[in-house]
Parts: sequence; structure tokens; C-alpha cells
Amino acid sequence: MTRQRDDAHALGGSTTTPRAGRAGPKVSATDISVFYGEKQALFDVSLDMPDRAVTALIGPSGCGKSTFLRCINRMNDTIPGARVEGRIILDDEDINDRGVDPVLLRARVGMVFQKPNPFPKSIFENVAYGPRIHGFASTKNELADIVESSLKRAGLWTEVADRLQAPGTSLSGGQQQRLVIARAIAVSPEVILMDEPCSALDPIATAKIEELIDDLRSQYCIVIVTHSMAQAARVSQRTAFFHMGTVVESGATDEIFTNPRDTRTQDYITGRFG
Amino acid sequence: MLIWIALIGLVLFSLAAYSAGRRKVLRAAGGRTRVLHSLPGYYGAYVALWAAAPAAILLILVSMLGGQIEEAALRADPPAAVAALPDSSQDVFYNDVVATVSDGQVSQTEYAGALGEAFGAKLVEASEIHRNLVAATLAAALALALAGAAFAWPKVSAGFAARPNVERWIAALFLICSIVAVLTTVGIVASLVWESWRFFQAVPIFEFLFGLTWDPQIAIRADQVASSGAFGAVPLFMGTFLIMMIAMTVAAPVGLFAAIYLSEYAGRTTRAVVKPLLEVLAGIPTVVYGFFAALTVGPLFRGFFNGLGAQLLGGPLDGVGLYLMQVQNQMALVAGAVMGIMLIPFVSSLSDDIINAVPQSLRDGSLAMGATRSETIGRVIMPAALPGVMGALLLAVSRAVGETMIVTMAAGLQARATFNPLDTVTTVTVQIVTLLTGDQEFDSPKTLSAFGLGLTLFVITLVLNIVALQIVQRYREQYD
Repeated sequence: MTRQRDDAHALGGSTTTPRAGRAGPKVSATDISVFYGEKQALFDVSLDMPDRAVTALIGPSGCGKSTFLRCINRMNDTIPGARVEGRIILDDEDINDRGVDPVLLRARVGMVFQKPNPFPKSIFENVAYGPRIHGFASTKNELADIVESSLKRAGLWTEVADRLQAPGTSLSGGQQQRLVIARAIAVSPEVILMDEPCSALDPIATAKIEELIDDLRSQYCIVIVTHSMAQAARVSQRTAFFHMGTVVESGATDEIFTNPRDTRTQDYITGRFG
Repeated sequence: MLIWIALIGLVLFSLAAYSAGRRKVLRAAGGRTRVLHSLPGYYGAYVALWAAAPAAILLILVSMLGGQIEEAALRADPPAAVAALPDSSQDVFYNDVVATVSDGQVSQTEYAGALGEAFGAKLVEASEIHRNLVAATLAAALALALAGAAFAWPKVSAGFAARPNVERWIAALFLICSIVAVLTTVGIVASLVWESWRFFQAVPIFEFLFGLTWDPQIAIRADQVASSGAFGAVPLFMGTFLIMMIAMTVAAPVGLFAAIYLSEYAGRTTRAVVKPLLEVLAGIPTVVYGFFAALTVGPLFRGFFNGLGAQLLGGPLDGVGLYLMQVQNQMALVAGAVMGIMLIPFVSSLSDDIINAVPQSLRDGSLAMGATRSETIGRVIMPAALPGVMGALLLAVSRAVGETMIVTMAAGLQARATFNPLDTVTTVTVQIVTLLTGDQEFDSPKTLSAFGLGLTLFVITLVLNIVALQIVQRYREQYD
């Protein structure tokens, strides 16, 4: 916890303080299979996700990319009847280890959902939610600082600075999504998972979110599920193509989009199916 | 009797009209249903409705109001001997006539002399009126049925819009049903208001609402030693309030927490077992709760308090001990506690629905922030569900206020202005029951006071329900 608290202070500043340099991927998944009751949704998926980069998961609906995403912060635990097999290593730790508390894991691995889901509280309280439950701020000023810096990093500060007490639900869809991102950043996670964060937004709001993702890349390991090929090409450095519960192909985004090895990948990104 | 046979005849006639109408339009279309505006059945239904509905309405009206019509006709021209009687005896006389004619009863009163002659004459007249009314009704019904069919028949052709027409009849049927429900309510409220008004003429409304003594014993017969009753309803409302508070103290936390467990913690199998079991509680008749309270919980509580009192006796709390020793089976605490148990499933199933209506995305959002389950419930789900839960609790309060049986059996009957849960108290509803059971005269303030109580109670629960539904409504709008 202490390390994260230090991070929170670091994030408050404008300079980016690099975390201890680390060779290899931030998150490394090996042979992940997921079952919902009898039905198997993922088949032996292995994927590395580097730090300080955006990894895009693409593929047709129902291919298992959201399921995979939810493995990384163990959100599948909350679904009755879901079972996850395989190893996911975050830094050096298997997150499915018995000793790992999913609650603490989720403070390190933040998540942004498809539909903006601000809590029915004020804008301030939405962002302060995480720092409050994890005890990141010991004084009111400290909390206000965290809220302000998180909103600034999410590019929302100038729009809401004068109405922090207004309900979070009173914002527009795009603003709500940035609020939710600010809320996720406020606990200074190391990994941010985004499950189709722009699918409910108009093109202008989408552009803002993409810009934001590009900014955040310098400090986090970001994994984004998207249905938009163009978005994957714009925001990500690495791409994994999911199909029917398996990873067909993964690699550098440029490579995948210009020179796919698998015909299924080629068919999908050129719009022949999906 | 004849009228019911006529109704059956009418049904048969309308069936015939249905098939005739259907066949006619099919013939007109030459068997190609595509050229018809509506499906063939609609043409049949159109003719059948016009043939049957007006006549059926007439028959039903006459079977409901026929008695009154006959009696009015019978009274139109009273013989001198009858006119000389006082009003109430006239009523008895005519009642006897009608009963003799329609039900074949033998009159209990012997009518002699001029009155006897008048009785005989009226008997003849009454059966004649009855015969005439039935004959006229049947003739009118037949005419209406034929006229209806004759009106609808020529319209049946391939281009005729039968479907919207039938639709209008169906809409009218639903409208009539809802009007019946509304009128019934209006009637009940009107009678409540009317009788209460009579009561408030005898007892000033100020004394009723703010008086501190409730003792409705009043001289029923003129020769009784007059004891004028006291109609101060405050002790009753205090008793009602006390028992309601005790009940809610039990039902609100238990019901709410059970709902939280069911919707947030319980697995699918647990939920499948626990939820129906809780709902069984809701199916137990209140009279069963009543004797459970009176025969099981009451003695149990009494034993506990008596025992506690015996322990305290002689010590520094001697006075309290003495009081506890005298606690009886019937007390507000028993009635309130059992009523609370009764309300648990009510509160829990309403709250369960409301908590389930909180979007899953909020739960996911909070969990994904690294909140535990109970943090998620306390900080996100309950605040979101609070207005709805408040509404549910208010509905439970209004049920507690209106509950009668448990209190009748377990709280005693003494109207005391007290907030001591160990005292016997009585409630508004219990008093209404006591005032109106047994033989009563319906124009003494004693019986009329029941209407005053009923009206006050009605206003209170109405306001509670409106407020509660408003809150629940506003909450629903937030997420749908």
C-alpha cells in the first residue's frame, strides 16, 4: 500500500516519475481458459502486455476479448459460475494466487467500462471514491489535491472545476466517461483496462478520449478492447486479434494492420467479416 | 329468473349472429379473404356485439334495479289504511308484500281489517307489476337485439372496417370495468365522509382529534342510566403509533438486511431456497399471527419480564421490579413485535426489487475500484436505492397502521395514552372492530365514531401511500 501512496503523490506532480525500470511485459497471461458454467469462453489464451504502451484487443463480438480483459483484474470472480484457469503474472506475481486479495489487486488494475457508470454522487465524490476507500489521503486538502490532479489528467478539470458538487450523472456521456477515467486514475493504478470505452460516445467525445489514452500511455500499461479497427490503429502500439475464444495473432499494431500473417486477421481488419 | 334465461337466449342469438356475419362477408368476398378489410371473424364479432350488447345491458340493469322499480310502482298509490301508518311500519308492510310475492314467504305479521284488505290488494298488484316488468323487459330486449342486428347487418361488406369497430367495443368494455372500480372507491369514501359528518355533528371534531380520553360507552336505550361517552381519539392514535414504531423497529432492519443479503451476497441456490421461504411468511393469515402473538409470544414475554421483576425486587430498583412483576400477557410490545415479523417479508421483497434495480454497472464500477462488497453496498448501492427503500418502508408503515387482527388479539383493549411498550394499548383499527361488532344502533355517536376513526385512518394511510409511491416513482425514473 505504501508504494501506491507514494505513487499518488508522484501523480500529483506534472512531471512523470518513472517507476523502477523493468524488463519484460507488465502483464503476462499464459494459457488462460475461462468457463461460464459448462460453456468455455476462452481457450488457452497467452498474451503479453507491455508497460507504458497501449495494447488493443480486437475481434468480432463474442470472441472473448472482454472476458479476457476481466481476467486481468479478476472481475470474473464476481460472476457466479465463472471459472478461470491459467496464469496471469502482474510484475512478478500471479494474480490468481491464493494469497492475492482481489480487492487490493483491483486498486492496482483499474477498469473503465463500456457505458459510463458514474456513481450517483457529486463529481468530487466520484473521483474521491477510490482514495477514500483505500485511505490514500489523510487530510481534506490532500484528497482535494488528488481529485484535482486526477480530473486534470483526465482532461476534465477545466470543464467541471466550478461545479464539483454537481451530480456526476449531470455530465454529458463523453464527460461522464472521462470522469470515470479520472476516478480510475485517482487510485494511481499501474494497469488500466478499458472495455470499449468509446462505443457509447459520439465522434468528438471519442476523439477526446483517444487523445487522453495517448497521454496516459506514458505512465500506465493500458489494455483496451475495441470494435473499431481505426481506433485500434490510432491508439495502440500492440494489437491482439481474438477469434472464437483464442488469440489468432498478436504483435506490433503496425505489423498486424499492414502485414497480417493469418488470413482470418486479414479478413477481419479489411472488413470481410466481423 | 326469466331474465337469466333470456340472457342465455341472447348468447345463443349472438353466436348465430357471429356465424351469419362471418358467412355473409365471406360470401361477399367470394372466399378470397385478402380483399376483406378485416379478418372474417371481426365481421361476425361486429354483428354479434351489436345484437347482444345493448340487450344484455338492459337485462343486467333490470335484474339489478328491478326490485326498486317494482317497489316504487307498488308504493305509487297507497291505500288509505296503509298511508295512515307511520313510515317505519309502512316499510315493513311493503317489505312483507314483496317478500310474499317474490320469495313465497308467509308474512310474519297478521294483517287484519282494512289493512288486511290492502295487503291482499297489494299482493295482487305486486305480482301484476312483476309480470308486467318482466314482460316489458323481455320485449324490449328482444327488440333491442333485433334492432342491433338489423343495424349492423347491412354494414357487413368487404370494404367495411370491422376491426377498428370491434376494437372500440373492447376498449369500452375495459373502460366500464375501470369505471366500476373507481366508482366503488368513490362510494366507499363518500359513505365514510357522510357518516363521519354525522358523527362530527354529535361530537366536535376538535374534541375528537385532540381529546385525551377515549371511552365510547354511551346510553343505548333512553331508559339506561345515561353515561355520556368521551371521544378523544388521541390515545388510539398514540397506541397505533407506538405499535407501528415497535413493528418497524423489528421489520425495517431485519427486512432490509435480509434483502441486502438476498440480492448481494446469496448465491443462486441459497436465493432459490430463502426467497420462497420468506414469501411463505407473507402468506400466513394475520389471524394466525394474532394467536401466535396472544398464545406464544405474549406468555413468553410476560414470563421474561415477571422473572426479571422478581430478580430486581428488594434491590435498588425495587419499584421497577414491582412493576415488571405485574406485566400481563397483552402488551404493545408483543403485538408490535409480531406485527414486525409479519412485515419482514413485505419490506424485504420490496427492498430486494429496489436493490436489484440498481444497475449492475454501478456494482462493477465500485468493485473494479477495489472496493469490497460491503463498501460497495454501503457507499454506492444503498445511497442509490435509498429513496426506493424509504418508499418501501412507508408502505410497510401504512400496512402496520391498518393492521387489526394481531393488535386485537395481543395488545389489549384499553385506550391509554402511553408510550410504554409494556402497557396494554389499543389502536384505531381495533376500536373500529369493537365498536361495530355485535348488535348496534347505527345512529348513536358510539357506532358513528367508528366512521370518524375510519376516515382519519384512511386519510393518514392515503397520505402515506401517496408520499411513498411518489418516492418510489421518482427513484424509478432515475434509472429507467
